[in-house]
Amino acid sequence: MNKIKRKKLSLGQFFIYLVLSLWALTTIYPFVWVVLNSFKPKGLIRKEAFSLPIGDKFTLENYVTAFRRVDIGAAYVNSLVISGVVTAVVIVLAGLAAYAMVRYQFRGRTFLYSMIIASSMFPIFSTIIPVFRMENAWGIVNTGNIWLTRLSVILPQIAGNLSFAIIVLMGFIRSLPIDLEEAAYLEGYSVFRIFFKIIMPLARPSFATVGIFTFLWSYNDLFTQMFFLRSKKFFTITRLLNEISSQAGTNYGLMVAAVVMVVIPVLVVYVFLQKNIIKGLTAGAVKG
Amino acid sequence: MNAMIYKKKWPLILFLTPTFLFLTVYLYYPFLMNVWNSFNRIGGMGEASRGLNNPPYENYVKMFKDPLMSTAIKNTLILMALTVVIQVGLALILALLVDQIKFGSQFFRTVYFFPIVISATALGLLFNLIFLYDGGMLNQLLTNIGLITENIDWKDPSHFFGTLMMPVIWQYVGFYFVIIVTGLNNISTDIYEAAEIDGASGLGRIRYITLPLLHNTLCTCLILAITGALKVFDLPWTMFPGGMPLDGSWLTGTYMYYQTMEMADVDYGSAIAVMIVVLGVVISQLANYIFKEKDY
Repeated sequence: MNKIKRKKLSLGQFFIYLVLSLWALTTIYPFVWVVLNSFKPKGLIRKEAFSLPIGDKFTLENYVTAFRRVDIGAAYVNSLVISGVVTAVVIVLAGLAAYAMVRYQFRGRTFLYSMIIASSMFPIFSTIIPVFRMENAWGIVNTGNIWLTRLSVILPQIAGNLSFAIIVLMGFIRSLPIDLEEAAYLEGYSVFRIFFKIIMPLARPSFATVGIFTFLWSYNDLFTQMFFLRSKKFFTITRLLNEISSQAGTNYGLMVAAVVMVVIPVLVVYVFLQKNIIKGLTAGAVKG
Repeated sequence: MNAMIYKKKWPLILFLTPTFLFLTVYLYYPFLMNVWNSFNRIGGMGEASRGLNNPPYENYVKMFKDPLMSTAIKNTLILMALTVVIQVGLALILALLVDQIKFGSQFFRTVYFFPIVISATALGLLFNLIFLYDGGMLNQLLTNIGLITENIDWKDPSHFFGTLMMPVIWQYVGFYFVIIVTGLNNISTDIYEAAEIDGASGLGRIRYITLPLLHNTLCTCLILAITGALKVFDLPWTMFPGGMPLDGSWLTGTYMYYQTMEMADVDYGSAIAVMIVVLGVVISQLANYIFKEKDY
């Protein structure tokens, strides 16, 4: 009796694992496939999509082309600078605002809070045109100057991430015991020193969550970049990829190599920080 | 004590000014300006308005007569329905299954979530290679196992719809999966034990305990899926540029970009953006009203 029951149970378990693994296959295999194919001669991708890149089927040619024909290195730098600055500014500004919103009691607090909540719901489509026109009037769009061009992407991306970051950080700062701040105050700390020396280190996990979310969002955000990055030498990696997809024609080797080079940095970061990332992206659900 | 540290209010200015300056200048002002722009005549992105349209609501009339806009709205609504049913449905099934196993749930979580962190542009390129007509991965696979003898054009008018929807839906299953798994973990085991004593079996347990207790989580997923469908841009833009084939694949987001940047019809683009907001607000309010959050 007992034996039968156990057997039935394990059959059910087997079925469950089978279904779960099938879906896992759909999310893993495309990436394995693209990595394998990036090491094959470009002609083979459309003939033997499933052969392994071994022996004379192995080549680095696609990566050589990628670095020679399109300036992938410069695109990495642009991406890192833009997303790095966006992340740093969002962390500091959102941290300061969240701290003030949690600890201070003042008139208008409720109003400002609803302003933060509401601003997380504007779709980017509904603000981008006036933002473009405004920055154009300031003379920072399409100037040919790399720093101004970067700035024109950085500013709207900061604004787009602030409200989500504040909401997440407020939740965490509220849960911090106030005793430490009181002790520091008695030691003669100013509120700013309290923020940088006590709040920020204590809230490091949620700052990490917010930072990673912001960085990824900015790195992947094609829409804003399509508007502001019109000249090739200013392209970020995502923008460049979009360009390759419309202009590579039939060079499928270049395409697979480009996809791999965009995916790999994110994959590496994901493997190490996946807990933070999953938490950050689901907490940032309001943004999507 | 608390009052003492935070009694002096002047630091608030330093804490809050930068943030609210950003929100006002980059979100609130442009949002209102966008509504205003949609009633104006604007010749190009860099040009000033040439006064109001005649009549001011001209763009909205145009929108209702524009067959491409109808296509875009229709496609977006279908995408929305499919995301809600297939994406959230799959996520729910996978989450319920993962809840039954002892080992590996962390692994599945990590693997399912992975496509979300990848830029949709890269995924678009990847799927372009998979769905390629001549020698694409899928056509090769189907030929190899003998299902087809002639290549299928996955982007032609009779196939493009699935090719457009599938990757968008596939990418975010893991997102709802994680949200639902979190919801499942919040259900206390006491309830299940009580149910077992009362003789509730596997499926009955899911029907009468798990699903009702997941109601609020599923509501959240529903609203996110609705607003998410309206934000889709990168994947369709990479896979189906210019509304191909034959203007069939437009979504509200891609059509707004096309009108604004490629047709340089800036005020019409603004009007489409307003429409996107209206659709989002109306449909999510409607969904909220129908599937009201409940307290148990």
